[in-house]
Amino acid sequence: MPNLEHSAYPAATLLRLESLVPCRESQVSMLLSIFGERQQFSFPSIFIYGHTSSGKTYVMQTLLNTLQLPHVFVNCVEHFTSRLLLEEILIQLQNRSSETKQAAHVPCDTFNDFVRLFKQAVVSQDLQDQTIYVVLDRAEQLREMEANILPAFLRLQELTDRNVTVVLLSEIVWELFRPNTGCFEPFTLYFPDYSIGHLQKILCQNHPPEYSADFYAAYINILLGVFYMVCRDLKELQHLAALNFSKYCEPVVRGEANERDTRKLWKNIEPHLKKAMQTVYLREISSSQWERLQRDEGEAGQLKGLSAHAHVELPYYSKFLLIAAYLASYNPVRTDKRFFLKHHGKIKKTNFMKKHEKTSNHLLGPKPFPLDRLLAILYSIVDNRVAPTANIFSQITSLVTLQLLSMVGNNDQLDGPRYKCTVSLDFIRAIARTVNFDIIKYLYDFL
Amino acid sequence: MYTSLWAFEEDQMGQTLIGAITDYFREGNSDSEDSELRFATCQSLWKHVKLETEQIEEDLNTQLFDNLVSFLRRSHSEFQEKTAEWNCRMKSREIPTAALVLGVNVTDHDLTFRSLSEVLQNRVTPYVALLQAKDCPGIKNLMQKLLGQLMNCYVDVDSSEEDDYVQTSQNRIRCSMTSLITWYESVTKKTDFETPSKKRTSSRHWQSPPVVVIFKDMESFTTKVLQDFIVISSQHIRELPLVLIFGIATSPMIIHSLLPHSVSSLLCIELFQSLSCKEHLSTIIDKVLLTTQFPLKLSEKVLQVLINIFLYHDFSVQNFIKGFQLCIVEHFYTQPLSVLCCHQGELKKRINSLSHNQCENIRRLPSFRRYVENQPSEKQIALLTTDSFLKETVQRLLEDLNVYHENYFPVLRCLHVFTSSLPKYPLGKQIRELHCACLENRVWETEEYESFLQLARMLNKCDLVTMLQKCVEILMSSPGKEFDKTVEKLKEFLTQFQKLEAEACQERDESVSSQKELQKKTDLYHLQKTLLELKESRRSKKLTKFEMLRFEVVDYIDSVVRNYLVPADHKTLHEIVYFNTASVLREHLNAAPRVALHTALNNPYSYLKSQALRSDGGSISNKAPDICIVYKLHLECGRLINLVDWLEAFSTVVTAVEGPNADAPSSDQVDDVIHARFIRAVSELELLGFIKPSKQKTDHVARLTWGGC
Repeated sequence: MPNLEHSAYPAATLLRLESLVPCRESQVSMLLSIFGERQQFSFPSIFIYGHTSSGKTYVMQTLLNTLQLPHVFVNCVEHFTSRLLLEEILIQLQNRSSETKQAAHVPCDTFNDFVRLFKQAVVSQDLQDQTIYVVLDRAEQLREMEANILPAFLRLQELTDRNVTVVLLSEIVWELFRPNTGCFEPFTLYFPDYSIGHLQKILCQNHPPEYSADFYAAYINILLGVFYMVCRDLKELQHLAALNFSKYCEPVVRGEANERDTRKLWKNIEPHLKKAMQTVYLREISSSQWERLQRDEGEAGQLKGLSAHAHVELPYYSKFLLIAAYLASYNPVRTDKRFFLKHHGKIKKTNFMKKHEKTSNHLLGPKPFPLDRLLAILYSIVDNRVAPTANIFSQITSLVTLQLLSMVGNNDQLDGPRYKCTVSLDFIRAIARTVNFDIIKYLYDFL
Repeated sequence: MYTSLWAFEEDQMGQTLIGAITDYFREGNSDSEDSELRFATCQSLWKHVKLETEQIEEDLNTQLFDNLVSFLRRSHSEFQEKTAEWNCRMKSREIPTAALVLGVNVTDHDLTFRSLSEVLQNRVTPYVALLQAKDCPGIKNLMQKLLGQLMNCYVDVDSSEEDDYVQTSQNRIRCSMTSLITWYESVTKKTDFETPSKKRTSSRHWQSPPVVVIFKDMESFTTKVLQDFIVISSQHIRELPLVLIFGIATSPMIIHSLLPHSVSSLLCIELFQSLSCKEHLSTIIDKVLLTTQFPLKLSEKVLQVLINIFLYHDFSVQNFIKGFQLCIVEHFYTQPLSVLCCHQGELKKRINSLSHNQCENIRRLPSFRRYVENQPSEKQIALLTTDSFLKETVQRLLEDLNVYHENYFPVLRCLHVFTSSLPKYPLGKQIRELHCACLENRVWETEEYESFLQLARMLNKCDLVTMLQKCVEILMSSPGKEFDKTVEKLKEFLTQFQKLEAEACQERDESVSSQKELQKKTDLYHLQKTLLELKESRRSKKLTKFEMLRFEVVDYIDSVVRNYLVPADHKTLHEIVYFNTASVLREHLNAAPRVALHTALNNPYSYLKSQALRSDGGSISNKAPDICIVYKLHLECGRLINLVDWLEAFSTVVTAVEGPNADAPSSDQVDDVIHARFIRAVSELELLGFIKPSKQKTDHVARLTWGGC
């Protein structure tokens, strides 16, 4: 019994549509009832939102394609200016029926032009008596364009006086869109996340032709058992399923187990999937490298992930500059005397600790410091005399471009620039170790 | 193509500029002897050095580039071959990405990327785009740059299509991914229908060559631009086979910190690491400085300056080579006798054509004077008076110097074989450190050398034999003629070691038997006695044969070192081939702007060279430029400077000496002109960044430099 019913479309088409959009039947039937029949005016704008890969784009695309509704599908990230976006819509509209792809390209700078050209296009394409659907994917990008774009799209039906519906797809809620000046409220529709059952059902749909559906379903079950905790992204799961399936089949191919021997298969695949979660899922190693490893029966340990190469080799003074910057960022200014003056006397931590400084500076994050302080600390931590050469200053700048330091508020050159040290404690300890500098001794937090 | 362009440019420049440059070489130099010849020698030497270093770089990069090329080949072929397979259909198509870790020496990267894109264009694909962060503040600029570079490159590859290109440039290209895709389709389709003759050129590439986009400096790109670009291109990866190359200066972790998981999951990242710059430098030093190939040599101090700049400041091999270039130019410019710093073939001719002045220059060289003093008196007179005799001697001496070099480097390498494998590296791990130590003074007089000898006397046989074998190899391959005997001696040692091995077996048997004897005697008294005997014998024991031989070997090595590794400045006429004014180099390469500014303002004589400013011992002269007076006065102030006091002090200084000459103006009223001069000087100081207006107190300015209390 078909869940989708609509008088305007043949039952066979609806049945096919239903098979294409598993677990989204209620949303589709809702959309169908809003759309109405072909010639009927629909709601001017519809806002669909839901998490990543909850099937928004896919459902819209299949729906419009299967029912052969006239539509335009545009990604707002790809068309990053309003001009590109509007032109793209017009081009797609013009190219709908005409075979010649290179229709004369008309510049469209403003929304006013767009409305005019849109009307022309509708007439020329002979679409007056059908609803045209303009789907804007990743619609959150619209907020970054000119202020008039979003409100204008929402009431495109009214502005063009044509039978058109704008569908906005986004990952964030409508409340974050609503402009200050107010606008036409679209009809909002929420696509909930797929549950684990849904994921199982969808993933099992595309089983490889060589193996039975049950066998693949068992595999998907194991896969979800491992990955569902960390990843609910359907695309990613599908990708992981494809990557690791050959490993799952191995015992069967070698004849050590048959397809029903689930326990044996599970024992074979489970550690492998766990390893995949730590490496390929995090993109520590690439999927092609992962596949090669599987093929060559190599150990994943041989191949170091990206994070294993954390060490950065720096010139000698750059290392000290970075250490000095770290000290300046995490030590309160008052304590500099204690650390870097020879005859500072005995000051205990408790004596000069103010109340607000009891919280660890490492929890609060780095604080900005002026250039002079950095240089002063540098001169006192380097054993031999450092001349303030141009090279030292350019090294500071290169540390900024390497994103090891960051510049804070560089509005006034004369005021002396201020910096922050952005590296982690582990990183700076590794650096300090290479120059035999005991950085922990100089950090206020570890006193 | 790039190099040919260079050559062309250089040629043209050469035509017009050589005259002018030689003039510079002559100008401002009291010794203008042979300036043209010196200039020509300098140029040709630099050209050779440049070629050599470029060749070395290319060789060092081949491995990396080969890996990259094979990665690019692999990246899209998989999908092109078996699109129908289930596995490929299900996998999401990631953008193949090479994370290229190049190290922090950003200045060298340009060259690497240039040769990389050349290699790619020759071997993989004509479509290579190089993007720089400073050109791409937004996604729009990035797309513009990308499209511009790609569509231009098409014209480069095939100039017959130029008409077509002009047309597209006329109707402005929409900078979007769709236009890129249509462009790619049209371009690849065109190559399909090409005539066979044209196909030959495109056969280097495949049917649908990938489009390579290189991000030169990954760290400097803004996250948003990168994310947007990756998201956009991942949607079109099926139509446009894109490959990204991230140039990374720090560590590949930066990818994860720049891109969120949702974006990095669109990439298929593989890591490639270039050779570390330190290794690069070692190779350059090894192949350029530690050979007899180039006549010019660097003295210890100069080399130390260059290496220090590298290790302490920038890690840049390019800068090191630039520094070497400066040494070459400076040497040929300042040393009139550098005309003799040439290859052996030309030496004789050049010596014969030396003028009398040049001969006098030679006589003035300290090392030559030392040499003359050690000669018998009649020879001394001949050397100091007869030019022809001098020339003969000079030729002989220079030949000696050359032989010294030919022997020096192989022996240095041999010594390095020993020192580099000893614990704690007594004479340095790198050969350059050893080289510096040898150049500095007699290496065998240093403490480190003593400890080296001691350690060498404790080497085990296996190591010693392999080291000796290495030394033999080094000496055999060297061009020096004097090593036949040394090699023979070393080989003799090796055979002796082999003999020892045979004997050692016997000895072991003996020792085993004595052990057995020991076990037999269970009686306590006897046991004690034998043990005492054993101890006694061990103490006074003669050295084993192996130990004797080892001593012999070490002594021999020591003698070789003493013989050949004499510091260069003990050699006569070393000034001709050694560049040793390190101070000039330091001044130029490691400039200290603050110090220079301070000197200029505090002691204007050092730059202006005006006699009036000279007699200046701490007091402030009124002849100095106004800004100097103002600067000196401000040095005496604290953090905040009262402008009125400052002005008064200024006017006192300025009028102090003028006073007697000019009619003394009324003392309490400052002259308008002086006031204006003061204001100007103060604003100049502000421009230079020494002071800034302060809001803390009225009529005060704040000092920005240290020294204030």
